[in-house]
Amino acid sequence: MKKSGRFSLTMLAFGYAFLYVPLVLVVVYSFNDSRIATIWGGFSTRWYGELLRNDQVLDAAWLSLRIAATSATLATILGTMAGLALARFGRFRGRTLFSGMITSPMVMPEVITGLSLLLLFVSLQQLTGWPGQRGFSTITIAHTTFSMAYVAVIVRSRLAAMDESLEEAAMDLGGRPLRVVFDITLPLIAPAMTAGWLLAFTLSLDDLVIASFVSGPGSSTLPMYIFSKVKLGVSPDINALATLIIAFVSVGVLAAWLATRRRA
Amino acid sequence: MAANGENPANGRPIEDGFIRIRNVTKCFGDFTAVDDVSLDIGKGELFSILGGSGCGKSTLLRMLAGFEVPTAGSIEIDGQDVTALPPYERPVNMMFQSYALFPHMTVEKNIAYGLVKDGAAKSVIAARVDEMLSLVQLGDFRKRKPAQLSGGQRQRVALARALIKKPKVLLLDEPLAALDKKLREHTQFELTGIQYETGITFVVVTHDQEEAMTLSNRIAVMNKGRFHQVGTPKEVYEFPQSRFVAEFIGTINTFKGRVTAVEEERVVVACEAAGCDLVALGRHLLGVGDEVEIAVRPEKIFVSKEEPPDDGGVRLQGVVDDLGYLGNRSLYRVKLPGGKVVQVSSQNRRRSVTRFLEWQDRVWITWQPLSAVVLVD
Repeated sequence: MKKSGRFSLTMLAFGYAFLYVPLVLVVVYSFNDSRIATIWGGFSTRWYGELLRNDQVLDAAWLSLRIAATSATLATILGTMAGLALARFGRFRGRTLFSGMITSPMVMPEVITGLSLLLLFVSLQQLTGWPGQRGFSTITIAHTTFSMAYVAVIVRSRLAAMDESLEEAAMDLGGRPLRVVFDITLPLIAPAMTAGWLLAFTLSLDDLVIASFVSGPGSSTLPMYIFSKVKLGVSPDINALATLIIAFVSVGVLAAWLATRRRA
Repeated sequence: MAANGENPANGRPIEDGFIRIRNVTKCFGDFTAVDDVSLDIGKGELFSILGGSGCGKSTLLRMLAGFEVPTAGSIEIDGQDVTALPPYERPVNMMFQSYALFPHMTVEKNIAYGLVKDGAAKSVIAARVDEMLSLVQLGDFRKRKPAQLSGGQRQRVALARALIKKPKVLLLDEPLAALDKKLREHTQFELTGIQYETGITFVVVTHDQEEAMTLSNRIAVMNKGRFHQVGTPKEVYEFPQSRFVAEFIGTINTFKGRVTAVEEERVVVACEAAGCDLVALGRHLLGVGDEVEIAVRPEKIFVSKEEPPDDGGVRLQGVVDDLGYLGNRSLYRVKLPGGKVVQVSSQNRRRSVTRFLEWQDRVWITWQPLSAVVLVD
């Protein structure tokens, strides 16, 4: 009994170590005074200062946040509409096909999604002259495309768990179908939409592959910037940047947890 | 107070044809849920549609509410053809089996929803909500959310919400199914009380025969998309027109046999299982030689140890095969010499700790010809 207790404790420790030791290392080395990222040279916050003076990093971070917020919002709107259509409008023609196709961006390799979107943008440019330059708009469209699938799946499963007679009751009491969507359906799926938005935001912030395909000169997202810097060797200010991102995500997760706990 | 067959619409005259269902059929693909059904329901009636699951009763109710459109036929309410009207344009409201209370709204907001959607004035809404809250005695709970209410309270909120627009017809889908037994009995009387106060026509769908018997003025017994019988609870119970109705409502003993004589009001049926001729009042056009069934309710049969006097009734001898004590009454299963088991229910009028009958006692069972019914199908 005691032996098996010690065994599972050890396994737990290994598991958490596996997950968190790399992150802790990044945080520790971000306070490293040495110019060489892998040798400890005393405590310092100089890399944070340098990071804030680095316009390239700040531009990339700002671009990433703008893209993430815009594409998450668009994906939530489109994904909710798709989820509603799949869960509520009966067995319309081609529903099974539509339902299978909506999830395909989730299983499609990112390289293929990126490549196909690039081809689309290039041929669009040849035909219509838009987009003249690839950058914010093309990356946003690309991110919306693949993250709306996630929102649609989340919203649909929430709707499937929701009692359909709620909407019928509202209609029975005189609510016209569109009114009922705003009075009953949307307030009840709001948590799913929030979850979908957050997921889409994270996916967009995280994406390197698709963004690399559809971005143009002078428009590097944060992951693209970090990746290009690391190719030339790990520099200490990247550690500082990573630490800031970890802090940002942790605060976000904590806030979301507190918010859901208060509601329950 | 309880509505029953003797007192249609609580004494008010029933205005016929308030709801007219004419040859309504509903198919889902190959499956026919409702099969060429016609029915008139009077104004102010408390009408029940009774049947097992999958008999088409819910589909019929949903067609009255407007959630389903009939494949064929028409539905009229108060002279208006509503067959193709969407639910939000019908003078009909529904109380759902799940109650379908809006979980993100307070009790007050839930109840007010119908009037708000009609664009009623704020003062009118407030007054009506107060009126409804006092009708269902939930004044203290107006600011609560549905999740903070008990099952019985939720049911009353659902009722208040469905009544606030003073619909011409209120549809109730299994209104008592989600309540426990004690609360159900109480709520039955409350429902008939509210129906009497408001004078609104109630159409109840239920699978529970007891619920249908105690609530309704009239009952329609439904099976496989068709009505088997429409009548007052008494008619349906005492004069079932088919084997299905007889067996669905209550328990009944049936004896297969062949008609040997048709007299003025009586038929004589030779029955092998009973070992003798049975006499019953015939309400059907029968001929000698027809295959029929004689049906007798358990409480119409008397059981005794001594040989009863021959008063023209049916007298059979048997052995007590099994017995059950239920407090207010006892159930006996009496085995006839031919092997047929007859159920007998007898009131325990006298208080006694010793049993009046024991297992394997030889007994006589008797019933009057008036108590038996002839079933043809």
